[in-house]
Amino acid sequence: MANKEPKSNLPPLTLHIPEPKFRPGDTVDYSDLEIPEAGAQARPDIHSAPKDMQAMVYDMIRVLDDDDKAVGPWDPKLDDETLLKMLRTMVQLRTFDDRLHRQQRQGKTSFYMKSTGEEATSVAAAMALHGDDMCFPSYRQQGILFVRGYPMVEMVNQIFSNKADKLKGRQLPIMYSSRELNFFTVSGNLTTQYPQAVGWAMASASKGDSRIAAVWCGEGSTAEGDFHAAMTFAAVYNAPVIMNVVNNQWAISSFSGFAGAERTTFAARGAGYGIAALRVDGNDPLAVYAATSWAAERARTNQGPTLIEHFTYRAEAHSTSDDPSAYRSAQEREEWPLGDPIMRLNKHLIKRGVWSIEQQEQLDADCLEAVKAAVTEAAKNGILGHGLHQPFETMFQDVFEEMPWHLREQAAQANKEREIKWPS
Amino acid sequence: MAVMNMIEAINSGLETMMQRDENVVIMGEDVGYFGGVFRATAGLQEKFGKTRCFDTPISECGIIGAAVGMCAYGLRPVPEIQFADYIYPGMDQLISEAARLRYRSAGEFTAPMTVRSPVGGGIFGGQTHSQSPEAMFTHVSGLKTVIPSTPYDAKGLLIASIEDNDPVLFLEPKRIYNGPFTGYYDNPVLPWSKFAEAEVPEGHYTVPLGKANIVREGDAVTVLAYGTMVHVAKAVVEEHGINAEVIDLRTLVPLDVETIEESVRKTGRCLIVHEATRTSGFGAELSALVQERCFYHLEAPIERVTGFDTPYPHSLEWAYFPGPVRIGEALEKIVGDLKS
Repeated sequence: MANKEPKSNLPPLTLHIPEPKFRPGDTVDYSDLEIPEAGAQARPDIHSAPKDMQAMVYDMIRVLDDDDKAVGPWDPKLDDETLLKMLRTMVQLRTFDDRLHRQQRQGKTSFYMKSTGEEATSVAAAMALHGDDMCFPSYRQQGILFVRGYPMVEMVNQIFSNKADKLKGRQLPIMYSSRELNFFTVSGNLTTQYPQAVGWAMASASKGDSRIAAVWCGEGSTAEGDFHAAMTFAAVYNAPVIMNVVNNQWAISSFSGFAGAERTTFAARGAGYGIAALRVDGNDPLAVYAATSWAAERARTNQGPTLIEHFTYRAEAHSTSDDPSAYRSAQEREEWPLGDPIMRLNKHLIKRGVWSIEQQEQLDADCLEAVKAAVTEAAKNGILGHGLHQPFETMFQDVFEEMPWHLREQAAQANKEREIKWPS
Repeated sequence: MAVMNMIEAINSGLETMMQRDENVVIMGEDVGYFGGVFRATAGLQEKFGKTRCFDTPISECGIIGAAVGMCAYGLRPVPEIQFADYIYPGMDQLISEAARLRYRSAGEFTAPMTVRSPVGGGIFGGQTHSQSPEAMFTHVSGLKTVIPSTPYDAKGLLIASIEDNDPVLFLEPKRIYNGPFTGYYDNPVLPWSKFAEAEVPEGHYTVPLGKANIVREGDAVTVLAYGTMVHVAKAVVEEHGINAEVIDLRTLVPLDVETIEESVRKTGRCLIVHEATRTSGFGAELSALVQERCFYHLEAPIERVTGFDTPYPHSLEWAYFPGPVRIGEALEKIVGDLKS
């Protein structure tokens, strides 16, 4: 109820509800987006104190310039073979995403999430880590699995939730888990992995281990309490962890302003906690690699945590369950000033003289064949909704290590229902 | 054997496990140098070092979330939540993460953590230091819920919980830390040292999860209780001269339904007592189970005696508490026809 008391001559209060600059049909103009020149950012010594490098959080580390050359102190100076591996991995990932998205549209599974446009933030980051470093991904870092050599057919089995699915058909598609590859089980609840990664890193440090942790979340879910709990713990215990914020501008239909982007950068969150923070051109694979390497070296030498904001763009829908043309301008993707990570690396390799348009076409074709083969292979194990892929008992297994009486009773009931529904 | 109160028994259980397993670590608000607001972790940091027993930021989400990550590394954390009333910021990490890790990863990752937390009222703690939220957790698949009622059980159940490979919520009835409580708040509290249950072995032993304890045998009525209310119920039964069988459930999940069934079949009557609020309390689950399994043996309706469906009041604490009068009324009602 509004206060009826007479007021002073102040204007009434107003509530600010953030609004993105562009909505469907709008002409997109990114001219007020500050894109610093590639190569212009200083690379602080890894021993620098967070307070001495706070300018980094408002800058943007960029390595690939407009002429497709790698420039400046952040150039990781990777050899051709490493760069070609990076390109191949990103292309394989994008091809996989496209193909599996199509499988969902054909009704072979319930759900899919692409990482289109953001491939560098998982692929280049994972390549800069050691294979035994522990990754706590959100739901859009399937690129880590590609870097670490997880078989595509296993991924498709999981997506199809079929009888060969190692997760026994329990998880929504793309919520992979691979203990063997140090890839933590993906949660559907946002940012829960953040304090977990810090806890893992604390354990590693307390045991005198050499392995570090890396964790990812989107800019939207930095609003969760878990993000701030994790930042506090990471700072308090100087945990060896790299905390990645993939700022892809959109959280389903909510633009980054609903996570605070109208006021400051996400990297700037680090300053308040006294955590070293970098802001990176997330569509520049070399910049992502370089920033991750810097943070990893810091973590490995007891210099503590680093927050990295990857400034990128979610080129496609959040998932198969939303249509971005209903809430944002289609021109955003076309006009995105930081380009596309695969195209930028492709051009760089061509510039270096180790790659060609023909080779790229061949790579595209090879990747497609590889995905098709994996899909065909996995489909032999079944697709979602066709047949009963997991024995009924599996529904009741792994709730506890040992099944208590109430679950045994319920399992018996489920089996009885099956016999009534499908008499043998 | 040594004589211990419940705090000392819990401390001994923690020390025993820290000695046996270097992956057992303790973390929580004020648990380190100071040894915990109830002294449950006293001396452990000094003995095992700061990386085995340490203070944390005031962030239950961070405490339980970090513990999940430590489990993924291979540790066996025993986080303390200072009061069960404070656990809610950590609920998502406990319910959606710790409790489901084994299931969602098909066994690749597990969460063998024991979250310790004091529960219950009777200490003039007001609404934020008196709650009994156990039913919220028994509703969660993948989580075990344990509530001891004696020093001997506290240590044995705590060791069993820490050794368990699933997450356990270990709720400690703070009213009986120093001595059993009969519900007569005006009477002086007798210390645990006056009771046989305070005889606690120094070393390692377990009280298995999922096994109830018949603390008083009888044939007139079965009384189901746990934590503080075991002692209150037993005192009231004896005061009324009713030959009741009093069962201390010890663990709510997994529940020892066999012992319950066997007893109710014998007595034909059942009274359920808990301190927590009534609606959707654990008593509702117990009542349903007894009805489903023992209906044809029942000679009277099942009764529930619980806290009221209000926040835990401060000045009216003893009007809220399900004490001797409320329990006595229910007992007389349930066995009334036996007496006439």
